[in-house]
Amino acid sequence: MTIRKTTAMIAAITMFAVGACAKKAPEVLPPAPEGTGSDTGTDTGTGVVPGSQEDFVANVAADRVFFGFDQYNVDAEDQATLQSQAQWLQRNPAVRVTLEGHADERGTRDYNIALGERRANAAKNYLSSIGIDPNRIQVISYGKERPAELGSTEEAYAKNRRAVTVIIGR
Amino acid sequence: MTLTRYLIAGIFAATAVPAVAQDQSSAQLQPEGPRESITGTLSQDRTVIAVPALATPAVMTVAGLRTDSLGRQIAEVIAADLERSGLYAPLGPGSVRAISMAEVRAPQFADWQSRGAENVVHGFVQASGTGGLVVGCYLYDTALGSELVRQGFEIQPGDWRRAAHKCADAIYSRLSGEAPFFDSRVAYIAESGPKGNRIKRLAIMDSDGGNHRFVTNGQALAISPRFSPDYKKIVYVSYLNNRVRVFIYDVATGSQKLVTESGNTTFAPRWSPDGSQILYSMAVGGNTDIYRISANGGTPVRLTSTPGIDVGGSFSPDGKKIVFESDRSGSQQIYTMNIDGSNQQRISFGGGRYATPEWSPRGDLIAFTRLGGGEFRIGVMTPSGGGARMLTNSWQDEAPTWSPNGRVLQFFRTSPGREGKSSLWQVDLTGVNLRRLPTPQDGSDPSWGPVLP
Repeated sequence: MTIRKTTAMIAAITMFAVGACAKKAPEVLPPAPEGTGSDTGTDTGTGVVPGSQEDFVANVAADRVFFGFDQYNVDAEDQATLQSQAQWLQRNPAVRVTLEGHADERGTRDYNIALGERRANAAKNYLSSIGIDPNRIQVISYGKERPAELGSTEEAYAKNRRAVTVIIGR
Repeated sequence: MTLTRYLIAGIFAATAVPAVAQDQSSAQLQPEGPRESITGTLSQDRTVIAVPALATPAVMTVAGLRTDSLGRQIAEVIAADLERSGLYAPLGPGSVRAISMAEVRAPQFADWQSRGAENVVHGFVQASGTGGLVVGCYLYDTALGSELVRQGFEIQPGDWRRAAHKCADAIYSRLSGEAPFFDSRVAYIAESGPKGNRIKRLAIMDSDGGNHRFVTNGQALAISPRFSPDYKKIVYVSYLNNRVRVFIYDVATGSQKLVTESGNTTFAPRWSPDGSQILYSMAVGGNTDIYRISANGGTPVRLTSTPGIDVGGSFSPDGKKIVFESDRSGSQQIYTMNIDGSNQQRISFGGGRYATPEWSPRGDLIAFTRLGGGEFRIGVMTPSGGGARMLTNSWQDEAPTWSPNGRVLQFFRTSPGREGKSSLWQVDLTGVNLRRLPTPQDGSDPSWGPVLP
C-alpha cells in the first residue's frame, strides 16, 4: 500500500516542487486554459492550470484509492482520500471526472471488468454520499487491461486494485 | 468463399474400390469400447501416416499458383493438421518421396509399409479449366492395401488451404471416429505493446493460424470476441469512445453496431448456437447481471438478479440451458440455468474459484478456468458438475474455447512479470497433446467457430 500523506503536506511539497520547476523555461508551453478558465478565478503562477488533472493531483491526498483482493469496500483510508477529492471538486464545481476501476491480474478478464465496475462505483457512491453530484462522475472499468504496476508481485497487485479519479473537463 | 465437393470418380475412369473391402477396413478401424472413452496417446503410439506431395497431371499456373507447388503445400498443411491433433505421426512431403499421378489411385503399398507408414495419403491438384482448381485426396491402409476414404473439391485458388483442411478432416474422422474440426476458424485478440498499455486488436484466422487477418486497427481496446455460427459476424467488446460496450462487427462490410443502446457498461457477449440470440453482461451501479437479446436488437431479457457478479455465459448446444459464473456464494463459481433464467443451480464445488464456463458443442462437457494457488488452469467437468479434471498446468491458462467436435480446447496462456505476454494454445481432452498456435503477435481470448460447410 502506498503511504498516505495529509492534504496539507502534499500541497506544501508540491508547491515547492512546482515552484522549483517553474524557474526553468518549459520546453513545451502548457496548453491555454479553455472555456471560462479557473473556477477559483486565480492563476497560481506555477503553470498548473486550475481545474486540471495536474491541479487535482497536486491538491488532493491521492488521485486513487486501493482495495483488498476481490474486495471493493471503501475503508477509512480511502474515505480520507475521497474526502480530499470531494473538497477539490467542490472548489471546482464545473469539473467532471471519470472514475476508472481496475483489478489486478489474478482474476479472469470478464470477472475483472465486473470487479472494476464495483470498485469505481464504490468510490463514486462515497463521493456522492459526501455531497458530490453523481452526474459529474462517469465510471469506466478497465478490469486487468491497464495495470499501473507491471510486476507479478503482491506489491504490484496491491497498487493495481484501484479506482482512479481522472479529470475529464468541464 | 466457395468450396464445392467434387465427385472424384469422375476425374478418373470409375474404378471404385470394392465396397466389401471398404467395409472390412472400416470394421477393423472402429475403436473398441464406448465412444466416450478418452485415452492419452503417447508419441510412440501415434499412427504413422505418410503424406507425400499431391501429384499434378500437368503443371499449370492458376491465379499465380503452380499446381505442383500447391500439391506440396497442401500436403504440408494436411500433415501439420494431423500432427497437431496429437493422434498421428505424419511423414510430410519434406521427409518422403513424391508420387506420380499414376500412384494416386495405385499406391505402392509395400514401399510405404517398409517406411513404417500404416496409412498413406495420396492426392492430386489440377486446373479445373474454369480458373479454379480440383483437389482430390485419398487415404489408404498400407497393410490392407485398400482405400479408406476419399474427398474431392473444386475450389477457388485462394481457398487451397481449406481443401487441405477438408482432406485432413476426412482422414481424421475416418481414423478416429470423431467429427471433423480442422476446417474451421478462430477469432481472437492480437496483442502488442507494453503490458501497461497493450494495443489489442480483433483478428481472425483459420484454426491452424493460416489466413490471418487483423480486423480492427487497435485504436480502441478490443476484447472477448466471438464468431457468429455462420462466421459472418463477430460480437466483441470495444472501448470505443472510452466506454465499454458490446458491438456486432460485420466481417464482410467492416461496419459495426451496438448490441443494445444503453448508458451502462455491457460486456462478455456470447452467441446462441443458432446465432439468433446474444447473451451479454451489463453492470448497473456496480452490479453485473446477465441479459439475453435478439441478435437483431429489441428488448433485452434480464436473466439474473442476485446482488453478486453474474457474468459471462455459454449456451448448451440444444439452446435450452446456459452455463455462467457468479460470485453470489462469496467467490466465483459456475452455475447453470434455463434460458429464461429459471432453475439457477451451482455446479462447481471443488476448491478454488471457477470461471469462464464454455459448453461443449457435443453437450457432454463444460470447460472452465479454475483459479487456485495463484494459478489459472483449464479443466472440464460434466454439465452437472461431476468428473472435474484439469488439462493444463501453468501460471495462467485462461478462457477455453471448444473445437467444433468438442475434442480439443484452445485457450490463452499468460506469463508472469513485467514482460509478461499472452499466447494462444490448444490441448486435447487427454491433456497430453498441448500445442502453441502460431500468431504474428501475442494473442488472447480465442473463440473457435464451427466446421465450415
